[in-house]
Amino acid sequence: MKTKIIYRILSALVVLSSLVVWQGCKPKAPGSVTMGDAANKAFVPPGKYDEFYNIVSGGFNGQIGVYGIPSGRLFKILPVFSVFPESGYGYSEETKPMLNTSHGFVPWDDLHHIALSTTKGEHDGRWAFANANNTPRVARVSMKTFRTEEILEIPNSGGNHSSPFITENTEYLVAGTRFSIPMGNKDVPISSYKENFKGSISFIKVNPSDGKMNIAFQLRTPGFNYDLSRAGKGPSHGWFFFSCYNTEQAYTLLEVNASQKDKDFIMAVNWKKAEEYIAQGKGRIEKAKYAHNVYDESTHSATSTMQQEVTVLDVMEFPDIVYFIPCPKSPHGCDVDPSGEYIVGSGKLAAMMPVFSFTKIQKAIANKDYEGDFSGIPVIKYESALHGEVKKPGLGPLHTEFDDKGNAYTSMFVSSEIVKWNVKTLEVLDRVPTYYSIGHLSVPGGPTAKPHGKYVIAYNKITKDRYLPTGPELTQSAQIYDISGDKMQLILDFPTTGEPHYAEAIPASMVSPNSLKIYKLEENKHPYAAIGEGQAKVVRKGNEVHVSMTAIRSHLTPDNIEGVRMGDVVYFHLTNLEQDWDVPHGFAVKGNAGNAEILVMPGETQTLKWTPDEVGVIPFYCTDFCSALHQEMSGYIRVSPAGSNTPLKFSTGVIEDSNAGK
Amino acid sequence: MKTLKPISRLLIALSALLMVSAYFVPLWQILMWAPQYPEGLEMDIWINTISGDVKVISALNHYIGMKHIEVEMFPEFQYMIYVVGGLIGFGLLTALSNRRIMVWLFCFLLIATGIAALVDFWLWGYDYGHNLDPTAAINIPGMTYQPPLIGTKQLLNFTAFSGPDIGGWIFIGAALLAIATLGYEIFSKKKRV
Repeated sequence: MKTKIIYRILSALVVLSSLVVWQGCKPKAPGSVTMGDAANKAFVPPGKYDEFYNIVSGGFNGQIGVYGIPSGRLFKILPVFSVFPESGYGYSEETKPMLNTSHGFVPWDDLHHIALSTTKGEHDGRWAFANANNTPRVARVSMKTFRTEEILEIPNSGGNHSSPFITENTEYLVAGTRFSIPMGNKDVPISSYKENFKGSISFIKVNPSDGKMNIAFQLRTPGFNYDLSRAGKGPSHGWFFFSCYNTEQAYTLLEVNASQKDKDFIMAVNWKKAEEYIAQGKGRIEKAKYAHNVYDESTHSATSTMQQEVTVLDVMEFPDIVYFIPCPKSPHGCDVDPSGEYIVGSGKLAAMMPVFSFTKIQKAIANKDYEGDFSGIPVIKYESALHGEVKKPGLGPLHTEFDDKGNAYTSMFVSSEIVKWNVKTLEVLDRVPTYYSIGHLSVPGGPTAKPHGKYVIAYNKITKDRYLPTGPELTQSAQIYDISGDKMQLILDFPTTGEPHYAEAIPASMVSPNSLKIYKLEENKHPYAAIGEGQAKVVRKGNEVHVSMTAIRSHLTPDNIEGVRMGDVVYFHLTNLEQDWDVPHGFAVKGNAGNAEILVMPGETQTLKWTPDEVGVIPFYCTDFCSALHQEMSGYIRVSPAGSNTPLKFSTGVIEDSNAGK
Repeated sequence: MKTLKPISRLLIALSALLMVSAYFVPLWQILMWAPQYPEGLEMDIWINTISGDVKVISALNHYIGMKHIEVEMFPEFQYMIYVVGGLIGFGLLTALSNRRIMVWLFCFLLIATGIAALVDFWLWGYDYGHNLDPTAAINIPGMTYQPPLIGTKQLLNFTAFSGPDIGGWIFIGAALLAIATLGYEIFSKKKRV
């Protein structure tokens, strides 16, 4: 009996231990622990500043996220192509024109890529540019105010993905169409792709003094998809390189039909040559309709102008502007190293990565070393353009950035890792996992002629178990790796908003000293601004009631308004009289259907439109906790029935008891 | 008649001319810090005006019923330019006159002006800190907000500092120079005899 029990216990133990062994033999889950001094490297003590600004695209939120590196702290969500009720962007009368397009007001877009302005190929800290992938647009954001100052719509584009990459001195930024389309709103069968569909690359001139953008010319290109691009620099300045896919010219089930060819193209564009043709008047003026929206810092208002024409150069007619270089399997990244000599193609379905040499491309063009043509455009022989291939780098190479020591860092979507390799020797030096499925990556100054190095940041597409779960929809995950040593070291995981695609990082010292603290009241040229409480007023213009209101801690002037009638439209023009750093005032009125609040910075004027929909006395108040008496910062507006003759009057601090004397 | 050494005349002229700086640089400064204002707020008092974060300081002080600070509040700004001008003129006259009694007078005037300025400033500070609007939002019984005359003082959430600015230091230097010159005259005279 006893032995039987012992036997049973023993056999149970054997089963248990074999289970333990079995568990131990299973592969381990992906590593998650940072090693050694990682915490110290990412730690920025309270009250201390980060070393870099990280300007991060928000993807489908249409915004830019501004983070600190190496702490990963989020400083600002900067609305660009999407309305932002928090600040009133796209809701205030002043900012509505920013989102105007040839289709009317478009309140949302998909923001993919960032380009920080450069001078001589190096960051200059003036502007950030961003693209709208859906309704084709580019935007310019001031690095002084961290606000969107300009949005330019791109005509003849089926989606602006290959954008907004910039030339060495920010002469141009480009906007290449993601989808080819029949130009000029043609009603043709989709199956007539090969015959009717064309690509389009816009070259947008940037005014060097104020950054204002205009479309200098568009290249009409063969019909397929344009993905990413980079400008040449140093010796290759004057050229632009675009990755192209779907050279199969498929128009359905692209997943399969656009993945048939062994090689697609990198398109090399001699834009200096194109510039010459334009200067010689060889461009063709075409009718086009596209919006150009500019925000004026002195009137605190945007204006939208509809442009009517665009200059087009058909590259099929000017064969020395464009050359194709075969590049394996649907290339995504097309990145130029800091020296400007090497162009890295990242065929996202290829098992190796080609690195092309600008010198060799030039030699091949001079010798007409072509393997044929595509739509009449010469295709350079692959071997003639090739510097070499990075062998077995990983799976799904997407995008490459560079450090200051001659190394490249390529994101591998499928194998979910960053691979470090030497640009000259093409030797793979190191690899680290990312969590999970990295898209773009960013090295501070990585796309410039002078990378700052130090970190590489991974922007991942899948988050899964990295943070506490929040239901089916999770935050996006990013990782920071220290690259100052030979081995890359994971030092921080941080969540991001929207879905970041590309991002750039710039030393804080190039940006923070210029950051604006307040708008000067004496420079406020808003037509409805009240510069001082003495200028506060309420004016009726037909059925429009214009309230020029002021805000200062802790009252609104006027805070009692009467004489508004049903059928009126009320415009609250709020001027923040503060001239003190970080004292915004907000403003909201009850039941403002279809509208949001406005957040008004010191010295600024913004307008909130309100159409009263019921008779009564309606409260309004300051929405930004501005002071100890913020809760008292409020007022009433009386709405009388239509046709009533309640006199228009307004005041602050006038105590007038209607029961007095009765 | 006691005359002056050439070097003394030169030093007195220098003392007078140093005070010309009063027209170009601020004389006095008031600095304030609070948890919400780590960068500090500054008010600079010039010979005929005030500058700095005056509007911000006024905006904050209105909660406790202190007056809005305006240049017009200070009649001193109307005549200070003449007072300092007179001092400079008297100093130069002293140097020219070559009489020791004038140095005595000059030093006396300088010290008297300095004391008068401080008394005047204290009186203004007393009124500014005590004469509060009874309808103010914040009313702490027994609390007054007179700024420090010289030095540092805690006023609610603010740490206030008051002291000479560049112009004030130059002024003090000029006065010390004049007094030293007088001392030198007296001291060296005795030795010579």
